[in-house]
Amino acid sequence: MSIRLENISKHFGSTQALEPVNLDIHEGELVGLLGPSGSGKTTLLRIIAGLENADRTTPPGRILFGERDVTRVHVRDRRIGFVFQHYALFRHMSVYDNVAFGLTVMPRKERPSSGEIRARVFRLLEMVQLEHLAKRYPAQLSGGQQQRVSLARALAVKPDVLLLDEPFGALDAKVRQDLRRWLRRLHSELNFTSVFVTHDQEEALELSDRVVVMSNGRIEQIDTPDTLYRAPRNRFVFEFLGDVNHLEGSVHNGVLTCGNAYLNVDLPNGAEELLLRPHEVRLAEQPSDTCHLPVVVTAISPVGAEVRVELEADWLAKPWLATVRHADFERLEMKRGQHLYAHPRQWHRFNEHALPAAQATRVA
Amino acid sequence: MRRIGDAPAVKRLLIGAALVLSALFLLLPLVAIFAQAFSQGVMVFWANVSNYFTLHAIALTLGVALLTIPICLVFGVALAWLVTRFSFPGRRILQTLIDIPFAVSPVVAGLIYLLLYGRNGWIGNWLDGHDIQLMFAWPGILMVTVFVTCPFVARELIPLMQAQGSREEEAAATLGARGWTTFYRVTLPNIRWALLYGVILTNARAVGEFGAVSVVSGAIRGQTNTLPLHLEQLYQDYNAVGAFACAALLALIALLTLAAKASLEWRASRREALS
Repeated sequence: MSIRLENISKHFGSTQALEPVNLDIHEGELVGLLGPSGSGKTTLLRIIAGLENADRTTPPGRILFGERDVTRVHVRDRRIGFVFQHYALFRHMSVYDNVAFGLTVMPRKERPSSGEIRARVFRLLEMVQLEHLAKRYPAQLSGGQQQRVSLARALAVKPDVLLLDEPFGALDAKVRQDLRRWLRRLHSELNFTSVFVTHDQEEALELSDRVVVMSNGRIEQIDTPDTLYRAPRNRFVFEFLGDVNHLEGSVHNGVLTCGNAYLNVDLPNGAEELLLRPHEVRLAEQPSDTCHLPVVVTAISPVGAEVRVELEADWLAKPWLATVRHADFERLEMKRGQHLYAHPRQWHRFNEHALPAAQATRVA
Repeated sequence: MRRIGDAPAVKRLLIGAALVLSALFLLLPLVAIFAQAFSQGVMVFWANVSNYFTLHAIALTLGVALLTIPICLVFGVALAWLVTRFSFPGRRILQTLIDIPFAVSPVVAGLIYLLLYGRNGWIGNWLDGHDIQLMFAWPGILMVTVFVTCPFVARELIPLMQAQGSREEEAAATLGARGWTTFYRVTLPNIRWALLYGVILTNARAVGEFGAVSVVSGAIRGQTNTLPLHLEQLYQDYNAVGAFACAALLALIALLTLAAKASLEWRASRREALS
């Protein structure tokens, strides 16, 4: 079931939690709402669910599930599944009763027979691999198990859309990884439309078909993870999606100067700030004719697929971070205190006023 | 290594002081009540208790308590729900208002009711014109008892419901549950121990209330005399054994209440240990 939001906004008292938002989510899509805390992502999710009412505006805000206008429909009648951040399991009910709850509160006419309920609950528990814990109480389960019960409970009523609020936020890294993979698989098997909220960029990029990046109650960009990372529309998105190195200086006759460092750029004269990802910084023993960026290695972390190197220089306000392949790391015989030269493979600049807002230029 | 304050001398001193004080101020009076009540034998005790006026006082007291409890229950749950589940202007003030019956002396409460609902009072005057008498009759006793006891249930529930939050109720709503179903199947099971505890406290206070009731009841023997008032009258009449027989009855009710509370706490802690 597709979801369409038109002109949805929200105030809490005098603070605007959500500026007017339009959003289209396609049938079967898994969409992540990503943003720092206070960006309005949870508010947006709760409005989709009906747990929060959008402001009354002109033109009126609308929420559509497929062709069905649910703007004024109560949460209980929206046919959604909602997974809460801290699971919100019914603490006085067993796992079985938790999952069965949505079925047992149905109006008598629609309610399945008790045998049918039993079969469906056990099918769901089997799916989340918890059928052996059916008689346990929530307090006797681990966080990951509780989260899976919570998911089974939400799916029991066969919702049109599944909404998840920071579903893995309270879990440790290993469990989170497992659950993510598991949710992705579940999603492609059952093919429901789902929206989840997260503040973890990695989670959003790994899990989503498309990501909605939000800040200060505004949607900054909606794109596939790939596009988002390679072509961020503005500086906020760029900085939020990963580590960023800053190069500030002034351009004069095609040369950006910053202390004793310089870099040839094809930019008009004036103050300039360039942004680089850690993997866009190449390290070498020599400067080049077009690029002279002397740095000192101050910290090395060789754990992982690449070596993370921290770089400092007196022309830098904040240290840079560079990722280096293990092969290059060994070839350069890198160690702390070593003097090297940075070479941008690529850089980005965001001029907030001029359009197009984002540019990426290749150098060296 | 010993923990701080764990010196044997200090420990013995503190335990000793606690035991002596409890015995002097709590246990001894209780024993004295029963000793006095039975001082002239079981027959005299029984004669005093089975006296028509005493029986009437017992019935009135228990009847008022029986009516007070459901009123306070509904009021307390509604108020706790309102204060913890909604945010509205004046919520804080309301939360403070709940405590007025605790802060005001019961005698003052009784006087206010007399002033308002008595024959010469603002509302009482109008009621009198319609042949409705509240003061110096059992409805007045019920009214002041409800006033004095109404914070107990709400006071028990509010902190608990605040701590539990409304997530489970929201979860129930997303699963399609209607308001009453949610209350009955999700909210109520979560608050039932606090609710029972509140009821026990309400009952204890309703049975024992003296000050407010003494102002509005008129203490007519066989009509508007509650057990505490009856006790006091007997004592004023130099019927010490009768007074202490009533006192023993009240003490018995208190002890039963305490036992109920202890068993509830024990069951609650056992439940917690299990989960």
